[in-house]
Amino acid sequence: MLADLFDPAFADSVARIAVPILLASLGGAICHRAGVFNIALEGFILMGAFAAVLGTFMLGHVFWGVLSAILAGIFMGLLFAEFHLRRPGDAIVVSIALNLIGLGLTTYLLRSVLGVSGVFQNEALGKITEINLPVIESLPVFGSFLSGQSILFYVSIFLVILLHYIYSRHKLGFWMRAAGENPLALKTVGIKPTPVKLLALVLCGVCCGLAGAQLSISNVSLFVENMSAGRGWIAVVIVLVTNGRPIPILGLVLLFGFVDSLSLRLQGFGFPQQFTEMMPYIASLVALIFVSIRRMKNLVGMRGYDNG
Amino acid sequence: MKQFKFLYFLKHNTVRYFMTALSLFFILLLLLNLADASFFEASQAFLKSAFGGRRYAYLYVTISRCALITGMAIAALIAFRAGLINIGGEGQLVIGGFAAAFVSIYSGVTGVPGIILAILSAMIGGGLWAVLAGLMKLKLGVPILVGTLLLNYPARYITSYFVSHPFRDVASGMPQTLLLDKSLWLPFIEGTRLDTGFIFILIVYGFVLIYSHRSVPGYHAKMTGLSIEFAATSGINIFNTTLKTLAFSGAIAGLVGAIAVLGIHHRFTDGMLVQPLYAWTGIVAALLINLVPWAILPAGFFFASLTSGASGMERTADVPKEIAIIIQGIIILFVASRATGIASDTKNKEEGN
Repeated sequence: MLADLFDPAFADSVARIAVPILLASLGGAICHRAGVFNIALEGFILMGAFAAVLGTFMLGHVFWGVLSAILAGIFMGLLFAEFHLRRPGDAIVVSIALNLIGLGLTTYLLRSVLGVSGVFQNEALGKITEINLPVIESLPVFGSFLSGQSILFYVSIFLVILLHYIYSRHKLGFWMRAAGENPLALKTVGIKPTPVKLLALVLCGVCCGLAGAQLSISNVSLFVENMSAGRGWIAVVIVLVTNGRPIPILGLVLLFGFVDSLSLRLQGFGFPQQFTEMMPYIASLVALIFVSIRRMKNLVGMRGYDNG
Repeated sequence: MKQFKFLYFLKHNTVRYFMTALSLFFILLLLLNLADASFFEASQAFLKSAFGGRRYAYLYVTISRCALITGMAIAALIAFRAGLINIGGEGQLVIGGFAAAFVSIYSGVTGVPGIILAILSAMIGGGLWAVLAGLMKLKLGVPILVGTLLLNYPARYITSYFVSHPFRDVASGMPQTLLLDKSLWLPFIEGTRLDTGFIFILIVYGFVLIYSHRSVPGYHAKMTGLSIEFAATSGINIFNTTLKTLAFSGAIAGLVGAIAVLGIHHRFTDGMLVQPLYAWTGIVAALLINLVPWAILPAGFFFASLTSGASGMERTADVPKEIAIIIQGIIILFVASRATGIASDTKNKEEGN
């Protein structure tokens, strides 16, 4: 039975499930550390996924799809910035509104522009190029995990390392952290916190746009209404649990990918579908409870976002 | 305290409201243009489907929808005023709806006692679901926002499992429970096609007005919402206030679920309370009026007519009904862009000014 569970296809599905959540969590982490409480990741991803499909379909190549996904993400980020940074809108309220707009607009455009309801599928939709690594390919378990993934898989791993480097070594990372932890200190050294937060939102848009692209034109090549299906919320929880640190995010996301693929597998052994679908949320809750208990003991709160 | 002076605000921001309305109108035109619909035709369909119809059939639909949305808005408002960002209304609603259907089918009690029993169990179910999030906050330190949100999904999937397997009406092809006994259906009001569900919401509305403005627990909750430190220093038991407020909020969400089951659908179908986004619309309505209790009913009616009208536009003018969701989002963006805040204290602290 164990051999049935953990075969190369399993390792492959862990990676496929993990990449969108990883990208979205990184986007959320950038915002979190810059002091922007962005819980609109769900809406960001959805817009990215739709734009990727629309761009690929209209312009004929996956490249344009990815580009339009990034642009859609940036658009959402700018919208967030306009209402949260330039105008004094509350981050939670703006997030709720953007989530609704993401859901409404993608479904509306799906019906009015592409003319279908429910699922859009077309032969013109391709998939993002998948890369086969020559030697690693033949490794026993990790071969199918590390090789044969879409470019975005490697991009997201690179982003984790880059982000880790920026936050620990680079001036920009210090600015971004200061914007979240102590804006006054940032002002004292002559840098305005608001542009730094704007940058964080734009970068978050890029990440979430890529996450959407991975969902709609890499894992599959179609668009379904409400395709993100709660992944944005799981990313929010991951960001809260890890406090926005890139390396722990990678670990936790892989754990989620593992749990999720496992529950998909268990469905094949007769477990009801509802329980396997519920697993990621239960896992998030458990992770959150563990971290919260530890933080309560250390008397360190959740950095000012604690509204209750 | 500015947030409670709604009319004052309206009077002094006329230009701003006009510009908002104007930009909303242009976005609307753009969206309608994308769907190849004429503005005139679409608005006619909108009005007919929101307030008209043969013997006002559509108006009654709008009013029953208004009851559900207002109920969810009240549930959100009560928690938000106490500073508890309960965005898990959806889970509480679903649990309440399922509890009502389950109890009324399997308890065997019929007639008015059965209705009362169903409503009570729905309120208890919804309340307990909300209290669970409160306990996670108080005992384990999980933020209310995330705790309530994450509990939405277990509620959705557990009830989905129940109606797909153990308690399914096998004869029907859908994942749903058996049809309720006729004696448990909320009766129509004399001479109309309007179920009595909205009367329950009117009662709750009156009760909440008294609760927020004239009662000690309501005052404690409001004080906790405005400043938790001040409330704690004044000797208010934060633990009790949090749990009581959440239980109240969840119970109302559960009641809404019961009304939807007993009054409209007469059974529990998988996804019937999640798909129409009742809970999110309720939150949006509560935010729109900036948590002013009396305004919750007009706001609920506004969003109900928006949703009803949009589905009319879909039927006759071929405009996807999701236009209602987009408009809700845009309205909230513009409304949120004035200084509001369920968490404005936190924000000021963060910006260091």
